[in-house]
Amino acid sequence: MRYLPLNDEDRALMLARIGVKDIAELFADIPPDKRLEQALDLPCHKGEMEVERQFSALAAQNIAAGSVPFFIGAGAYRHHIPASVDLLIQRSEFLTSYTPYQPEISQGTLQALFEFQSEVAELTAMEIANASLYDGSTATVEAAAMARRITGRRKAIVSGGLHPHYAETLQTYAAMAGVDLLRLAPDVVATESLAERIDQETACVIVQSPDFFGHLRDHSKLAESCRAKGALLVAVFTEAVAFGLIEPPGTLGADIVAGEGQSIGNRLNFGGPYLGLFAARAQYLRQMPGRICGETLDRDGRRSFTLTLSTREQHIRREKATSNICTNSGLASLAFTIHLSLLGSAGLRRLARINHANAVDLAERLAAVPGVTILNKTFFNEFTLRIKGDASELVERMAEAGILAGVPVSRLLPGQGLEEFLLVASTEVNTDADRAAYAKTLQGVISC
Amino acid sequence: MSATYYTKTHEYLRFDGDTGTIGITDFAQAQLGDVVFVELPPVGKTLTHGTEAATVESVKAAAEVNAPVSGEVTAVNLDLAQSPGLVNEDPLGRGWFLRLKIFDRAELDALLDEEAYREFLKTIS
Amino acid sequence: MLMPHGPSLEPAEPLVAEGKTFTGNRGLECEEGLIFEIGRIENTGVDLEEPPPFSERLGGLERKTPLRLPGLSEPEAVRHFVRLSRQNYAIDLGIYPLGSCTMKHNPRLNEAMARLPGLAEIHPLQPQSSVQGALELIAGLARWLAILTGMEAVAMAPRAGAHGEICGLMVIKAAMAARGEAQGRRIVLVPESAHGTNPASAAGVDFEVRSVPARADGILDPVAVKEGLGPDVAALMLTNPNTCGLFEKQIVEIADLVHAAGAYFYCDGANFNAILGKVRPGDLGVDAMHINLHKTFSTPHGGGGPGAGPVVLSGRLAPFAPVPFLRREKDQWRLVENLGEAPNSFGRIAAFHGQFGLFVRAYAYMLSHGGDGLRRAAEDAVLNANYVRAGLKDLMSEPFGDRSCMHEVLFDETWLKPFGLSALDFAKAMIDEGFHPMTVYFPLVVHGAMLIEPTETESKASLDLFIAALRDLALAVRRGETKRFEAAPKWAPRRRLDETRAARNPVLKWVNPAG
Repeated sequence: MRYLPLNDEDRALMLARIGVKDIAELFADIPPDKRLEQALDLPCHKGEMEVERQFSALAAQNIAAGSVPFFIGAGAYRHHIPASVDLLIQRSEFLTSYTPYQPEISQGTLQALFEFQSEVAELTAMEIANASLYDGSTATVEAAAMARRITGRRKAIVSGGLHPHYAETLQTYAAMAGVDLLRLAPDVVATESLAERIDQETACVIVQSPDFFGHLRDHSKLAESCRAKGALLVAVFTEAVAFGLIEPPGTLGADIVAGEGQSIGNRLNFGGPYLGLFAARAQYLRQMPGRICGETLDRDGRRSFTLTLSTREQHIRREKATSNICTNSGLASLAFTIHLSLLGSAGLRRLARINHANAVDLAERLAAVPGVTILNKTFFNEFTLRIKGDASELVERMAEAGILAGVPVSRLLPGQGLEEFLLVASTEVNTDADRAAYAKTLQGVISC
Repeated sequence: MSATYYTKTHEYLRFDGDTGTIGITDFAQAQLGDVVFVELPPVGKTLTHGTEAATVESVKAAAEVNAPVSGEVTAVNLDLAQSPGLVNEDPLGRGWFLRLKIFDRAELDALLDEEAYREFLKTIS
Repeated sequence: MLMPHGPSLEPAEPLVAEGKTFTGNRGLECEEGLIFEIGRIENTGVDLEEPPPFSERLGGLERKTPLRLPGLSEPEAVRHFVRLSRQNYAIDLGIYPLGSCTMKHNPRLNEAMARLPGLAEIHPLQPQSSVQGALELIAGLARWLAILTGMEAVAMAPRAGAHGEICGLMVIKAAMAARGEAQGRRIVLVPESAHGTNPASAAGVDFEVRSVPARADGILDPVAVKEGLGPDVAALMLTNPNTCGLFEKQIVEIADLVHAAGAYFYCDGANFNAILGKVRPGDLGVDAMHINLHKTFSTPHGGGGPGAGPVVLSGRLAPFAPVPFLRREKDQWRLVENLGEAPNSFGRIAAFHGQFGLFVRAYAYMLSHGGDGLRRAAEDAVLNANYVRAGLKDLMSEPFGDRSCMHEVLFDETWLKPFGLSALDFAKAMIDEGFHPMTVYFPLVVHGAMLIEPTETESKASLDLFIAALRDLALAVRRGETKRFEAAPKWAPRRRLDETRAARNPVLKWVNPAG
C-alpha cells in the first residue's frame, strides 16, 4: 500500500518494543462481539492508474463548463483563474499545514490571512473582516445570529431577493433555534418594500445586491430605516467581482456583510468548497464569529501575525461561544487572496467592466429574440429572462443543443408560478461567438 | 464603615455605606494572566446574587464575574475599556469593575471575610 | 469565576539577537512585506482588454468608493506567496503530531483527480442530466461511508465537522418533534472531555448542555451517564475513541442507557481514523456521527480548511436528513433539492450540495486504500501512537497511568512542573528541534495536556527521530536546563508572539501609514 510506510518487519519490531504480542491486543478495548475480524465487504486497494481510470470515467459523464458555451450563475460563477493561483495554493506549506495555532511556524498562512482580511474589508468598504467562513449561505446564517446577539432581539426579515438556498438555510436554522424569521415572497422585479416591516423586535433585515434575480439594489434608504428602529442591515452578495464596478455594501450603510467569495480564485467544484466572506463595523468586533488574524510583535520586536480574540470561540467559550465554527476556508481564502493580488484595483475594475459589458451584450441579443423579455432594468453580469413556456424544459433542450443556458428559477423556487423565468449569467469567459450561439439557438428552440 | 468581602469564585466586594464596589481578586487576575477585555453591564441593571455581572477575558481564557450580592448597578469602571491591564496592575483599586446599590445587606453574611478567603486560598493552591 | 488552564504568556522581552543580518533575512529565510507594501494600485498582473463602448445598466450604482487594492505582476505575486509559504511548517516537511487533528499525508493523486475538468469545472445548478458522473461519485462515497460505519444513510451537506454536529443535532431535533417531544427534551449531555464544538453546536441548535464528568481512568462512566439522563434529554454527544485517545469500553452499555431513556446517541467522529474497518459505530448503537473527511480521509487541511463533515445516520434518523439527497430513478441519479419532495427532512443547512471537491479527494483516498488498506491504516495509526508512548513513557507523565492507547497518546505536564516549565514551553522547544508540537492544553479535563497523534503515514524511522528528539529534550528538562525552554523558539521564523498586544489593541487589516 503506497501510502503506508511500515512493513511487516517494522511492525514486528514495534510490537515487541511496545510489549504486546499482536496488533489485536491494542484494540482490546473494543467489545469482543463487536470487533470486525476481517475486512469489510469493500473493494481491495488499487494502484494510481486504476483509480485514475475510474475517476476519468466519472468525469466523462459530466459536461464541463469549459467545453460548451456556459451561462450559469445563480450564486456560483465561472471566471478565468490565472495559472499561478492553483500552483501557489498547492505549495506543500500552504496545502498541508494545519490551522495556525503555533504562530512562530505559521507566519505564511497568517500573513496571507491578514492580507485576505484587508482585501475583503477594502472590497466591501467595511471596517473589519474575519478570516473566512464556510460559504456565503452559512456566513449569512452567522450574520443573522450576530445581529441577534448585538441587538438582543430575535426577529430577522429576509428579502425576497435573497438567494433561495440562503433563505432556506436561514429558515432551517431559525426554526431550530426558535427565532422568528419573516421571509418575503420571491421578488422577481425588485419592488418589495422592506422598511415598513421593521418593528421593535427586528434584529436585522437581510438583503442581497446584486440580488438573486440580478437586480442592483440601493440599500442606503433601508439602512436609515433600520438605524431609526434599532435594527441592523445585513448585506449579502454572491458575486464578489461585482464590487469592482458597483457601490460596495459598506458605502450603502450595511452593518454586517456576508457573501460568497468563490468567484475570485476558486473553481465551480460542483458547489463546494466555497468561501464565506464576512465583514462588519468595528464596533461589533467582539460579536464576530470565526477566526480572526491580527498584527503584533514577537519577542525580538519583529512584525508578526497571530490568531487573536479567540476567547469568542468554541474551544474556550464552549456553549457560550459566538459560533461553533472552527474550520474556515483557509485554502479557498488563499486562492482568493492570490487572485485578487494579481488583479489589484485596476485589474478588478476592468474584469468587472468586461463582465458587465458581456452581460449587457447578451441581454441585448436575447431581448431581440421574439417571445423573450428581460426583466431587469439594472444588473451586473446576470439577469432574469421571461419566456413563454417552461424554463426547465428550455434549459434541457438548450443543453441538448450544446449550450448550458442558465438556471430555471423554479428549480430553486418550485411551485410558485415562476416556471417562465430563467437566470442567465455572462462572465469574461464567454466569447462573442458563445453569445451569438446562445441567441441563435434560443430562437430556434423557442420557435420549434 | 468599610469592609471587604470575598467569594469562593474570587470576586471581592468592598462595602461602603449602602453600595458595594465589585472586582476580581489578586489571585484571580494572576490566574487569568494579562486581561485584554472586560465586558460590563449597563448602569441601572438589576443583578441577582450569584448571576453573571460581567465577563473578563485574557488572551487564552474567558471568565464570568458573578454578583456577590443582589443590587442595582450604579456605576461601571469606564477606564477598563482603554486600559484592561488595570485589572492586573491594581485589581482592588483602579481595576474595579462596577458599583452596586445593595438591596439586602443580609446577603453579605454569606460572603467570606478577608481571613476566611485567605484560608480558602490555602486549600486550593 | 472559572479558573483557566494553561499558563499566561509572560510579557515580551526582546532578547539580544546575536548575529543579526542587515536585511533581517537569514539565508534561505526571507522577510516579506505585505502585498500592500509591495504592489501598486495602478498595476495589475492580469492582462485584460478594455471592452468596447456599451451602455451600462448600473442604475447609478457605479462604484464611487475608492478601491485601493494593490496589483502585483505575476513574478512579484509568485515570489511573494512562495516566500510566505516558506514560513510555514507542513506535513510534507515533517511529522505533524497534533492530537485530535489527524495530520496524515495528503496523497497528490487526490489533488489531480479533483482537478479533472469534468469534476472541477461543473456547476452545482447544471441540468442534472449533465452531471450524472458527479452524482454517481457522491453516491459512491456515501456508500463507502455507510458500509464503513454500519449506518443506514449519509447526509452529505455539512461543510465541516462542526457543521456536521449542527446537522446531526438538527436531525435529532426533527426526530424528537416527530415524536411530539420537541418541547420536553431540551438537554444534550456532553462529557467534560468533549471538543469545544460539541457544547457550542448544542447551544447553536437551542439545546441546553448538561455536562457529564469523566471517570478517573479517562473514560466515561455509565453511572454518570445514567445520572444525567432523564425525560428532558434529547441526546448524548460522545467522541469515540475519546479525546484522551482511549476507546470508550462501555460504549454499548452507554448506548443502551441512552436509548432506554428515549434519547439518541450522537458520536463525534473526529477520531474515526483509529477504528476504520475494526469496528462499525452502527454496531455500537450510534444514531448519528459526523466524519471529518479532512482528518480520516486525508483531504488537505489547507492552513485551516476547507473541511467536510458528512453525517451518517441510523435507520431511525435517516428520514429526517437535510436536503439535498440522492435518489435513483430510471437508471439515473436525481438530486432531491426541495423540501416539497422531502416532507420529513428537517431543512437545508447550506447552499448547493456539499463539499464536492473534497468528496473527490476522499473517494480517491478510499479507492486507493480499499477496504483492506483502510483497516491497515487504522492498525498502523494505533501501532504508531503506542510506539511513541513506549518510547517516552519513562520520561513523561501519563494522566491515566501505564495503559495502551488508540491512535493518539496523552501525556501531561506533571513531570515538567517541578522544573518550573509548562507544556507550552516544551512545545516551543520542539519547534527549535524542527518538529511541529503536539496538541497542548486539550483535552481540558487533563491539566497541561500534551496529546500526540503521529498517524499511520509516519515511517518507523521518522518516529525514531521524533522519539529521540523528545527524549533529548526531556532529559534536558531533568538536567534543569530551563533556559532553552523559556527562550524557545529561537530558530523559527518568529520567536514567541506578544498575544496580549494583539488582543488589547486589535490591528486586523493593513492601514496605510500615509493615511
